[in-house]
Amino acid sequence: MHDVNRLTDHLFRHESGKMVAVLTRLFGFPNYDLARDIVQDTLLAALSHWRLHGIPDNPTGWLYTVAKNKTVDWLRKQKNTPQQSLDWATVESTLDEQEVDALFLEHEIHDSVLRMMFACGHPSLSAEAQLALILRTLCGLSVGEIARAFLSNEETIQKRLYRTKEKIRAEGISLEVPTGTELSQRVEGVRKAVYLLFNEGYNSQSVDWLVKEELCTEAIRLGGLLCSHPLTSEPASHALLALMYFQASRLATRLDTEGQIVLLEQQDRTRWNQPYIQKGKKALDCASEGPHLSEYHLQAGIAYYHATAERFESTNWQAITYLYHLLVALNPSPMVYLSRAIAIGFAQGAERGIEELKNITTLSQNHYYYVALGDFHAKCANVSAAIEAYRQALHWCVSAKEKALIAQKIAALSV
Amino acid sequence: MKKYMLTFWNGIQTEDAFAALSPEAIQAEIQKWNEWIGGIAAQGKMLMAEGLLPTGKVVSGSTKVVTDGPFTEGKEIVGGFMILEAESEAEAVALSMGCPGLATEGRVEVREVQVFN
Repeated sequence: MHDVNRLTDHLFRHESGKMVAVLTRLFGFPNYDLARDIVQDTLLAALSHWRLHGIPDNPTGWLYTVAKNKTVDWLRKQKNTPQQSLDWATVESTLDEQEVDALFLEHEIHDSVLRMMFACGHPSLSAEAQLALILRTLCGLSVGEIARAFLSNEETIQKRLYRTKEKIRAEGISLEVPTGTELSQRVEGVRKAVYLLFNEGYNSQSVDWLVKEELCTEAIRLGGLLCSHPLTSEPASHALLALMYFQASRLATRLDTEGQIVLLEQQDRTRWNQPYIQKGKKALDCASEGPHLSEYHLQAGIAYYHATAERFESTNWQAITYLYHLLVALNPSPMVYLSRAIAIGFAQGAERGIEELKNITTLSQNHYYYVALGDFHAKCANVSAAIEAYRQALHWCVSAKEKALIAQKIAALSV
Repeated sequence: MKKYMLTFWNGIQTEDAFAALSPEAIQAEIQKWNEWIGGIAAQGKMLMAEGLLPTGKVVSGSTKVVTDGPFTEGKEIVGGFMILEAESEAEAVALSMGCPGLATEGRVEVREVQVFN
């Protein structure tokens, strides 16, 4: 009775995301809080029942049945005493029992989640609004958990969500799958939102390793959903998934036990997540169909060469340099130029790297630029030039962790 | 073997806090309870357990006045109960020590079931 079933990890979070998507489709996007309330009631019913009776044989089915019943109950009450506070303009459905049942069929659930992703990644929502909304609805995070992920406080997040809902109302954003020429643009927007979520985790300043891991795995999960739906399973979606897998494979080795950054060169490659690298390779295979080469393809390619190099010294810098050449053509941003210059420095020697860096004029306040310059000067034994570059880096750097790293480099040269 | 009834008491505020739990936290809470009760069941000592909804009615006195719950006069409500078997009160108390509700400042009341023979 009590020792047979165990819940799979994150089951509630994931099922909550699905149920919220289903019910939001029913009630309309501006009413996603109502959907969330019903789902929360459902999960609490499970808590009160399962904690004493054990977990049922089909927990997901149990949750869906309870959610359906609660929804039908709610609709019945609404018929008798309508709640004025709700925005019913967006509700197109006739909202009857059969319809609720039909929406909980497996393919409809998948469809609802996809609609939710399109809505959350809507171009008229700001990046931070998109992120908060994705985490709140699709990923089932509480306001407190979102605040923790953003190193913010609950009040700020609450306000942000409130403003987002106002925006949804004002813009009339609904849960529909775009069609025709709009589709590909909107899919690109959703990919961007997913990658944003990933980077929020990957680059998070949070000391809490779990926060990083959770955001990254959630982004990977949503990326996987994009890849498994015929409408959104474009090569670029697979490329994005590949990129996230390759990057996330290093997640555990990017910080040491004291929370200090460990550079790629010093990372313990034996601790890289091999299953992730394999999944990344698979996704990259799927991405190689069709003629279109997206930025995600190139970045995934670069990440692939890093992830599969046995040692830092055996990294295929030639191939990486080539991919950066292509990337610069697609996205001529200063940071891409910087990365390319670094790749050239490794592929063709530090002097060439310095030359390339000196051609970049727009990063004179960027500490990554000066660190790269310092590193190449140090390699060429230009000690004073290296120290000067590192001092500039220290001047422009705001992160305490990165400052510590730069200070170490100076100390190493000053011995 | 004697029978004991364990009632799980919680502050009303704790109930409110539960309502705000994230899906992940709710799942973790279920896991904790299942581990605890699973341990008792594995020893063959669990007889039954039921959870109670936080609302209900109270029928009082000879006038049989019916009032609504939640029972706000008290600061605590019973969230559920369990009947288990144990060799002694000491063992029943020891088993109740693992109750996850204690972590949120709840209480477990351990009462021996009366037997006449």
